[in-house]
Amino acid sequence: MLSCTLRSPDSVTRFSMGEWDLLVRQARSAGLLARVRHVLARHQLTETIPAVARWHFDAAATLAAKQQLAVRWEVDKIRTALKGLAFPFILLKGSAYVMANLPAASGRLFNDIDILVPRAQLGAVEAALMLAGWHPTLLSDYDQRYYRRWMHEIPPLQHAIRATVIDVHHAILPDTARYHPDSATLRSRAIAVEDMPGVQVLATEDRILHSATHVFHDGELPHGLRDLTDLDLLLRDAAANPDFWPRLTARANELQLGRSLFYALRYLRYFLDTPIPDSAIAALERDKPHRLTLALMDCIFTRVLAPDHASCADRFTPAARLAAFVRAHWLRMPVHLLIPHLLHKAFVSPYQRNEKPA
Amino acid sequence: MKLLQLSPSDLRHQLAGNGVWLRTGPFSLRIRSRLPRVAEGLTELYGQFEVRSAHQAFADFHVELNPPSRLRRWFRPQVNFSFDGAQPFKPLPLDQAYPMLEWGLNWCVSMHAHHYLIIHAAVVEKNGLAAILPAPPGSGKSTLTAGLVLSGWRLLSDELTLIDRRTGLLHALPRPVSLKNQSIDVIRQFSPEAFINRVSHDTAKGSVAHMRPPRDSVLRQHEPARPGWVIFPKWEAGAETQLTPRSRAETFMFLAENAFNYSHLGADGFRVGTTLIDHAHCYDFRYSALSEAVAAFDRLAERRAA
Repeated sequence: MLSCTLRSPDSVTRFSMGEWDLLVRQARSAGLLARVRHVLARHQLTETIPAVARWHFDAAATLAAKQQLAVRWEVDKIRTALKGLAFPFILLKGSAYVMANLPAASGRLFNDIDILVPRAQLGAVEAALMLAGWHPTLLSDYDQRYYRRWMHEIPPLQHAIRATVIDVHHAILPDTARYHPDSATLRSRAIAVEDMPGVQVLATEDRILHSATHVFHDGELPHGLRDLTDLDLLLRDAAANPDFWPRLTARANELQLGRSLFYALRYLRYFLDTPIPDSAIAALERDKPHRLTLALMDCIFTRVLAPDHASCADRFTPAARLAAFVRAHWLRMPVHLLIPHLLHKAFVSPYQRNEKPA
Repeated sequence: MKLLQLSPSDLRHQLAGNGVWLRTGPFSLRIRSRLPRVAEGLTELYGQFEVRSAHQAFADFHVELNPPSRLRRWFRPQVNFSFDGAQPFKPLPLDQAYPMLEWGLNWCVSMHAHHYLIIHAAVVEKNGLAAILPAPPGSGKSTLTAGLVLSGWRLLSDELTLIDRRTGLLHALPRPVSLKNQSIDVIRQFSPEAFINRVSHDTAKGSVAHMRPPRDSVLRQHEPARPGWVIFPKWEAGAETQLTPRSRAETFMFLAENAFNYSHLGADGFRVGTTLIDHAHCYDFRYSALSEAVAAFDRLAERRAA
């Protein structure tokens, strides 16, 4: 229902009340209520929303508008906190879309702000953010070690008063992952945010590749469809430039992210009918997985990228979610690290919960 | 069709199956539950509310109360509240199934209905003017609310003040009034006709029971009211009934802090809140005897009507 609405918004004119009911529920669980409202408004279809359902969309839009304001404010606070450091920081994902005034910011909801800084400067960044009031969230010693030794980010920092969360990254994939896109190349092409000295966003192609990588390397995909709609909006916006597609595929090869881009384009076509030229798919031929792998991936991703709502699930959905989880971990770390990690998570972590202060 | 027109077995059957569609104030619910206590609570307290078959209807909130797993059926049975498949709370002992439904519904409204400015306060109305009663727990807010609505005031809500952001009017959500600990007996003594359902003990808030909302309040649930007063009640043993004016600015700050979604609304929250305060008379109110308290409120209403 939801991806059908996003694909062809006109279909809502034929919706029954039962279908509107389902659309609101699926959109809410996917975090896309505000975005659907935006899409309907763009197609002059706001009037077709039945009166009883309208407030759900309006309330979500209120929340999204407020969050965007809050993101701008937080980014400014982070900028102030990091002013003393001699290098710029790069905003990733949602906050970047907001600050760069991209269509992908429309109706987007936020959980945290992601930033990318040089690895050598992690200590200085963390210290500066802590001075400004952000503190590591409560994690077990194991989780702390896990983040710092193996991950591409430090444990999330939460502001003591405003409770906002920052994820500080030094790379877009973990050190242990199969692929190693070079962070220095990403930084070298970053673009300055207007009127915000010291704040940058990734270049157009890199931003899209990061978003694609994120979807296909993350084990839990509560916002899978939202991330796909982000990508859809980013691609439609960027495709206005005639050289865009060749540049994107070339950059994907350079950063070793061709496979992620291949999957992203495949499922964007499947879920959202994103206009993607065949030449772009052909350029990724080298990254195309084996026929059987692809068939398996289709089974998994057509399920896990759908909204996490009972109405979108079939009897294979739980297995597909598990498979996506295992696959993501498989890509993130080699077996000799993965097995002890999963064992620790399964048998040690659940029993440590009680030790945390209430 | 009203819920009381459904036979108890039909209600149980529908709740266990597709669910029951129920309208409370501006919101529609679809409730599903296999638990007899939930069916019993709805029969006792929601008789006057409109119900429909849940099939093909639009519902604002899809909620479910069921045991978390079959294993716990015999050993310390529990109940889980689900909001359209998500569980925002930890399970509670089965004895608290009915209060959990009420708490869960409050959560649904306060987390989603941002087309209102929602303040944590009771609201009652007389002669078209509403009194908003914000107060921390333990101040006797619910007791006073129950006393007032049993004495001719109309119940808008005992927990959630819904302020329409466009009109500034207060919308009614006259669900059952929650009574805690001693106030259950106070209300039983105050009005023997009041219907109070079975008490759930040892909840996070102590012993809890719910009072059926007056029939007239339910029938008039679609009638909004203008803000008249903001009154901070405080029950104190042996205190004289006393009404003291308080500053509008301070009252506004308290309301903003006790709103569920003030910060979500940005500048509009400030506009809606200050407009409300401009139209309201603000008081602190101390009382010990419920009947005297009701009389004091009646005098306030008469004065504004004159």
